[in-house]
Amino acid sequence: MSLWTRTEMAARVAADIPEGWYVNLGIGIPTMVADHVAPEREVIFHSENGVLGMGPAPVTGHEDKWLINAGKQLVTLRAGGAYVHHADSFAMIRGGHLDLCVLGAFEVAENGDIANWATSENDTAPAVGGAMDLAAGARRLWVMMEHTTKDGRSKLVKKCGYPLTALACVKRVYTNMAVLEVTNAGFKVVEMAPGVTREALIAATIAELTF
Amino acid sequence: MIDKFVRSMAEAMDGIKDGSVVLLGGFGSVGQPDALLDGLIEQGARDLVVVANNAGSGHVGLARLMELGRVRRIVCSFPRSAGSVVFEELYRAGKLELEIVPQGTLAERMRAAGAGVGAFFTPTSVGTKLAEGKEQREINGRMMVLEHALHGDIALVEAWQADRWGNLTYNKSGRNFNAVMATAARTTIVQTHHVAELGSLNPEAIGTPGIFVDRVLHVPG
Repeated sequence: MSLWTRTEMAARVAADIPEGWYVNLGIGIPTMVADHVAPEREVIFHSENGVLGMGPAPVTGHEDKWLINAGKQLVTLRAGGAYVHHADSFAMIRGGHLDLCVLGAFEVAENGDIANWATSENDTAPAVGGAMDLAAGARRLWVMMEHTTKDGRSKLVKKCGYPLTALACVKRVYTNMAVLEVTNAGFKVVEMAPGVTREALIAATIAELTF
Repeated sequence: MIDKFVRSMAEAMDGIKDGSVVLLGGFGSVGQPDALLDGLIEQGARDLVVVANNAGSGHVGLARLMELGRVRRIVCSFPRSAGSVVFEELYRAGKLELEIVPQGTLAERMRAAGAGVGAFFTPTSVGTKLAEGKEQREINGRMMVLEHALHGDIALVEAWQADRWGNLTYNKSGRNFNAVMATAARTTIVQTHHVAELGSLNPEAIGTPGIFVDRVLHVPG
């Protein structure tokens, strides 16, 4: 059984994004999705610190310390891009103007609940950033994550155990084992990584699956 | 003649009282008013409430202010980051109150304050522990949480250019929280990289009009 690598997961997500969409990519693995959208396909990336039309990392010698993304990495602005302040940037998010947000997650429940900001009720120092705004505000929320934790527990669950980020908003989940839609009847498997069998997927998943 | 430029840091920091609510521009290290933070450290006000996206890093600026025991409470969205050692230590020791606010709600609370809006309903945080204890209402078929405007006594802002009326421009992603914070405080204090002649800034490109600005200090980058 061969699982998708992170690069393959990013390419898989990128293939599902139509030209013309405004997209916010969360910090971490989702950021890799941008590398798999060819520049001639006009997908417009948004970064919550006020960059609309974000381009790739700068080439050596052209770094600009005034231009970072939400993960505080140096980025560029593509032709047609714009800078806005934080309240306007979050108006784009909260006002339902983004076609898509892709976030990482600790858990996704079969009703679309997402937990991705804290791993216990009493985190020593919680930090939420823009996760709750993005999850509640974007027109579509897709999650990109490993199918299981390092110790083998399913991250697709019946009900989230970690503190929630938002209720019933995840539409699709891309894991290293499968692509799943969140439907009224729970997770529906759309595609499996090569060599992953139904039995293996069911064994790795606590939530109910339909095929 | 209107001239909002001050000649010294002492003049910029004049009158900041103990217990003030201080709004800080910046996101990470970009657009952070570092010189003004140093000025505030020197000025001596204590028992401060600081509103900022991040909670400082290393032992400089905001982190230094907290380390000196001058901050009672911090309101932010993402306090934990590489290098936020001072925040984490004070928080664990119970020496710093923390209010975590989703980043968009944080920005909107200042926008509301700046626009005279007392409070607003938003779906962000519904069903999470950040909504606990807050009034909720169904509006247009969707549950929403009531969030209140957040006013500052002082805003500290970093601009790229400023003229003597206090019109400001920003540089790229350095606009971030600066333009929002500038609207929401009783006294808005700006550090600017460049001084512009009145009338030389493109009116279409002014990020913060001078009506929101009280004092400007030239701090060449």
